[in-house]
Amino acid sequence: MSRYIIKRLLFIIPTLLLVAFIVLFIMDLTPSDPGTLILGDNAQPEAIEALNEELGYNDPFVVRYVRFIWNAVRGDLGESWQTGRSVTSTIAQRLPVTATLALGSLVFGSVIGILLGILSAVKQYSILDFFSTTLAMALGAFPSFWIGMMLILIFSLGLGWLPSFGAGGIKNFILPWATAGCFMISSLLRMTRTSMLETIRMDYIRTARAKGQTERKIITGHALRNALLPVVTVLGVSFGTMLAGTVTVETVFSLPGVGLMIIEGIRMKDVPVVTGATVVLAAMFTVLMLFVDILYAFIDPRIKARYAKK
Amino acid sequence: MNKTTGSANGVKVVRKKKSRFREIWGRFKKNKSAIVGLVLFSIVLLMVIFADVLAPYSATIEPNIPVRLQGPSAEHIMGTDSFGRDIFARLVHGSRNSLLVGIGAVFIGMVIGGTLGAVSGYYGGKIDNIIVRITDMIMCIPMMLLVLTLVAALGSSLMNVLLAMMISNIPGYTRVVRSAVLTVVDQDYIEAAHSCGTPNRWVIFKHIIPNAIGPIIVQTTMSIGSMILNAAAISFLGMGIQPPTPEWGAMLNEARNFMIQCPYMVFFPGAAIGITALGLNLMGDGLRDALDPKLKD
Repeated sequence: MSRYIIKRLLFIIPTLLLVAFIVLFIMDLTPSDPGTLILGDNAQPEAIEALNEELGYNDPFVVRYVRFIWNAVRGDLGESWQTGRSVTSTIAQRLPVTATLALGSLVFGSVIGILLGILSAVKQYSILDFFSTTLAMALGAFPSFWIGMMLILIFSLGLGWLPSFGAGGIKNFILPWATAGCFMISSLLRMTRTSMLETIRMDYIRTARAKGQTERKIITGHALRNALLPVVTVLGVSFGTMLAGTVTVETVFSLPGVGLMIIEGIRMKDVPVVTGATVVLAAMFTVLMLFVDILYAFIDPRIKARYAKK
Repeated sequence: MNKTTGSANGVKVVRKKKSRFREIWGRFKKNKSAIVGLVLFSIVLLMVIFADVLAPYSATIEPNIPVRLQGPSAEHIMGTDSFGRDIFARLVHGSRNSLLVGIGAVFIGMVIGGTLGAVSGYYGGKIDNIIVRITDMIMCIPMMLLVLTLVAALGSSLMNVLLAMMISNIPGYTRVVRSAVLTVVDQDYIEAAHSCGTPNRWVIFKHIIPNAIGPIIVQTTMSIGSMILNAAAISFLGMGIQPPTPEWGAMLNEARNFMIQCPYMVFFPGAAIGITALGLNLMGDGLRDALDPKLKD
């Protein structure tokens, strides 16, 4: 088991290096340079050129990439071209908002999604099943930022129950959680339902029924653990999608998180800000996927056994 | 499980080709939600085709300040926006841009990613290893972030959004096609084709692709829906198609500033995106069940 975990942990290093490479490479194509941004369009071309030289912007791409990695390892993601502020400290300041948003929606989305999924599989073709599958279809099809705006219209502007912007307290997060959780509910509900339906038809469930086991024990004791295996993978993937989706949700609710930071950075053509924030989000996603893989091995004895033998 | 399906389908394909399509259509037809999806998507397609009949294009571009921000009425059934432009007209013409990005990104991504996946699955070995590793790593970047950075680098325009989404679509297709090819490539009839001295290219096009196409079709239908959502999100963030060109996401971006006075401005474009994606998703589900009836019940 530890062999498996170590192998997966080691794989994360080349992955993160490549993720940073791709992001840096793409951002390098941006028609923007620090000299022009700091000194303004009207500055002397010589002065702009001198500043670019001084900041190391004119170095070859590989040199800048290695420097970025070297600094990033020590916790320095560079400075904003626009404000001169350290990107690391800006991210550190904004990450709690994004984390609160992401984790809250994860809990909200997975609890509702998995519960409704199990219920609609157990009571297949019931009204609840019809309601849940329709809900999953609708939540998966309508854009989450639109759902967010509709929620604002209803609960903030119409009923006046909840604030529609900012990140003051728990109240501010209720609508964003619901908005970002929608997509998760949709994918988890569908996956749980399908997986549960497949499991219920297995022979060992029939055996349990034949033994005269109570229906409740069959579902919670025999079916659930097996049915949740594929759900864990979907959970990881949809959490990743949601992490990236926080960009739109943060825009809708004006939440000062990392996603909004990326958008502002893109508008300002502030390359270090966009690069730093994107690399951090992508790194979080990578680590999360790794966590899901390891968790999977813990739940699935077959994977555990494969590595235990050696 | 899959292997038996593959060979059973394979035999059918050789024996009578027409009936396979009929069989699938027969199963698709029985699925009520799939038919709902087909109807919804057909309505959107009709809107795309007959956009110019439904509303003149000029109405979507030219400002008409005296009638700005009017609610739905007989003259403007969905109201007017902040420039007095008819929202219905913009919605109808916007469908073209939204669908173009969605379908374009998926198809080009499918061709490139599919080729890579087929090569990877068919030849295996070192090429396979390299391709799988690279796609795995690219997929570590959430799609939306990849598209955003690409659009930021290339600049905001319809073509760049299309390009960015196409690129980020490639790894997903490589994966799907690779695994679809892998389930087919071990079958006896492929070995039989090889033993007859059939050239590789012929084996791929004549035997592997027709038998591996099921999951690819399903993935395509589903991902057009999610691509339309992604494209709308990019435009909503102000990175996509630039005004005054009508596009659903961009319309929502504009509508955001007038949300309080004019909720209808927000409602209609989002509903259009949702209905299109819903239609595609329902169709995708129906297709999946029709292509592989074992998955249902």
